[in-house]
Amino acid sequence: MVEFNGWEMPVEYPSAGGIIAEHNAVRTAVGIFDVSHMGDIRLAGAEALAAVEHISMNDASRLAVGQAQYSALLYPQGTFVDDVIVHRLGQDEYLLVINAGTREKDFSWVRDHTRDFDCKAENLSDDFTQIAIQGPKAVELLQKLTDAALSAVKFYWVTRGTVCGLKNILIARTGYTGEDGFEIYIPSDERTSAMVWNQVLQAGRDLGVVPCGLGARNTLRLEAKLALYGHEISDTINVWEAALDRFCKMEKPEFVGRDALEKAKAVGIRRTLIGLEMVERGIARDGYKVLDEGDAEIGYVTSGSYAPFLKKNIALAYVPPRFAEVGTIIKIEIRNQAVRAQVVPTPFYKRPKKV
Amino acid sequence: MPYPTDFKYTKEHEWIRADGKNATVGITNYAQESLGDIVFVELPKVGSEIVAGKTFGSVESVKAVSDLYAPASGVVAEVNAELSTAPEKINKDAHSAWLIKIALKNAAELNSLLSAQDYEKFVSEEAGK
Repeated sequence: MVEFNGWEMPVEYPSAGGIIAEHNAVRTAVGIFDVSHMGDIRLAGAEALAAVEHISMNDASRLAVGQAQYSALLYPQGTFVDDVIVHRLGQDEYLLVINAGTREKDFSWVRDHTRDFDCKAENLSDDFTQIAIQGPKAVELLQKLTDAALSAVKFYWVTRGTVCGLKNILIARTGYTGEDGFEIYIPSDERTSAMVWNQVLQAGRDLGVVPCGLGARNTLRLEAKLALYGHEISDTINVWEAALDRFCKMEKPEFVGRDALEKAKAVGIRRTLIGLEMVERGIARDGYKVLDEGDAEIGYVTSGSYAPFLKKNIALAYVPPRFAEVGTIIKIEIRNQAVRAQVVPTPFYKRPKKV
Repeated sequence: MPYPTDFKYTKEHEWIRADGKNATVGITNYAQESLGDIVFVELPKVGSEIVAGKTFGSVESVKAVSDLYAPASGVVAEVNAELSTAPEKINKDAHSAWLIKIALKNAAELNSLLSAQDYEKFVSEEAGK
């Protein structure tokens, strides 16, 4: 167990075979994660949409009831308070799912910046145990435990149904692994949480379900190039640098951070997020320096690891845009040695389209 | 997994087995268990010198990087090349998947290392922390 933002969490489940086995189970079958550390903020009221539009960079007005979107809360300077998934649960009701490490900060931020709107912000983080069921067999597994018609739920949509005998459970077809899958939100009391966890494991036994820890969660999201707060995004990195343009709707007339982003766009970026693959032997790790071919420092690694499914050593890094072209050779400083790597297209892994 | 009694151990979780003036070095089963899936091993070149207590390479699992500390001083005579393509062999059997063989500089250095019994006691305390 490790301490993760105040939560005791397993890095891996050795009995399940460890990180590589967990990771590959999610890519090829199904894995489950206890992601109760994620925070939940409910915004409801007549002006809930206007409030969400004001505090987030994506366009929540495009959401139908039951639909979700990836978005972010920004500081006025266009950098990240956090990234979030915005779910539209009702006509005037939204659920923002946020990161563990930024829970209190996010809630204060949301509350303070929605005061002028006719809506109420509630921190529901402690009300839910959140379990992620991820992988190509996730739908088959969860369908055994619910009356909700899961195949009718599209990616980034939600539904409600009875799960393990618990009524009216929120089921979202979302995740942080690059695979198809669901995240369910159940009451957070220990008895209910344990009952659901065990029933999911039991129901998935013949499908090869594996419990997965933080280690696999990290390698899975890295292969899929999903940002992690404090790594690819932070309060000093802006939206353009992080290359999250497609989730930032500048055609919205107003949101916190918009003005700064408009200026930043005109000025141009000094660094950009790239994907790289090691050419020589070595693993680029978080925080390692990126060097040019002449060994001059040009940037840093935000996340790096052995990629268990791709069986390659991959990393994400910030470098000046002139080094961002696919095929560019750069170097990573690993224990005082400059080790060659190459800029590659991202995401590193994309799940196969269903036939 | 039992800790062989003809090995000596370090508190940094390396093992060493001496055979006269030569010795074989690896990491312990406790080390491989704590590291998890090992995916990369960096070892010194044949002919290079290693010094007791100093780092001589590193081993990386998916989740962590760990330095290797020399249990004794000597000159590297052989490197287990198999580990560069199959580092997971350490996970399978840490006490037979050796890292390097060295010509010992001073075999008496091994006297200050832990016996199997002492090491087992040491790791049970470590694990309880």
